[in-house]
Amino acid sequence: MNSDMQSSDFSQTDSPGAAALFLAFLGVGLSGFGGVLPFARRMLVERRAWLSETQFAETLALCQTLPGPNIVNVSVVVGSRFAGALGALAAVTGLMAAPVAIVLVLATLYGRYGAVGRLPEMIAGLGAAACGLVAATAAKMALPIVRKRPVTAAPFIVAAFVGVGLMRLPLVWVLAALAPLSIAAAWGRKG
Amino acid sequence: MKNSPALLGDLAVQFMILSLVAFGGANAVVPELHRLSVTLRHWMTDAEFANLFAIAQAAPGPNVMIATLVGWKAAGLPGALVATVAMCAPSCLLTYFAARAWERWRETRWRAAIGAGLAPVTVGLVVASAWLLAHAADRQWRLVAVTAATAIVVYATKLNPLWCLAAAAGLGLAGVLG
Repeated sequence: MNSDMQSSDFSQTDSPGAAALFLAFLGVGLSGFGGVLPFARRMLVERRAWLSETQFAETLALCQTLPGPNIVNVSVVVGSRFAGALGALAAVTGLMAAPVAIVLVLATLYGRYGAVGRLPEMIAGLGAAACGLVAATAAKMALPIVRKRPVTAAPFIVAAFVGVGLMRLPLVWVLAALAPLSIAAAWGRKG
Repeated sequence: MKNSPALLGDLAVQFMILSLVAFGGANAVVPELHRLSVTLRHWMTDAEFANLFAIAQAAPGPNVMIATLVGWKAAGLPGALVATVAMCAPSCLLTYFAARAWERWRETRWRAAIGAGLAPVTVGLVVASAWLLAHAADRQWRLVAVTAATAIVVYATKLNPLWCLAAAAGLGLAGVLG
């Protein structure tokens, strides 16, 4: 009952079909550099009004809790809400098609000309900037959590970094060891 | 050897596993991708991994493009497609089925605890990604400076990160980073 009401809320404005979903997410895939979430939000909430601000925030929260690329998960949820399994497939395909094609063209060019002239230096510069980007993302994610829960969250940030970054342990081991403890710590804090 | 069914099968299995442990998105599995493709399978060197990550970041689209490029490096175009589909399909199926159940559970206390508990672990993984990428990419002090400057600008300003990538590429082309 409740979930039925949620579904109808979701599609109250208009109900895009698979083709519209494909095209909309095609635009999102092409517009984002270094992560496409802000562009997805603009398309879904501001430009097409397929989701309200709250619906987008809830969808994102769900997609960040589940494994997998967050934006890909968002496209699955939105696509399936409006047009079922076909809609989900259309949205994911639209999101991925153009970026995969472009990145493969770039990789082919890199394979063929990557050692020519100053291109190695250009790629080295790009690589250095790309890890600066990841470092900034990490800092933006870490600070609010550390500020809010210094005791129950910070040790798990450090432990995950040491396990995977310094000790180079398999990710599955680190997740299996830390996730239950971290969830238990978060649970205990709520009570 | 390239494009052999065994290699494509290996890619498919490894990326399907990665898909299901990619809590926090693609950036959180960069260390595991690095471990797989450099340390375990020797598909590429440390420096090549850093280069592919740079290309993935410089191209438009989701961060998951690094998985596409690792597949491409390991087994060409078929490898790229297998890696991309395997990286997305399991988590997409999970999301498809979880989305409806989630509506019913969203007010529950354990749902909030899972979200709050996973967050610090994934943050630690993204820090590890930055660490490993810097290890691979920053071969001399000028590149360390580029990394630090990018991190500070992206953290402290609302400037589109693409400008930092373009500036760094320009410095390289000008021969300043050599």
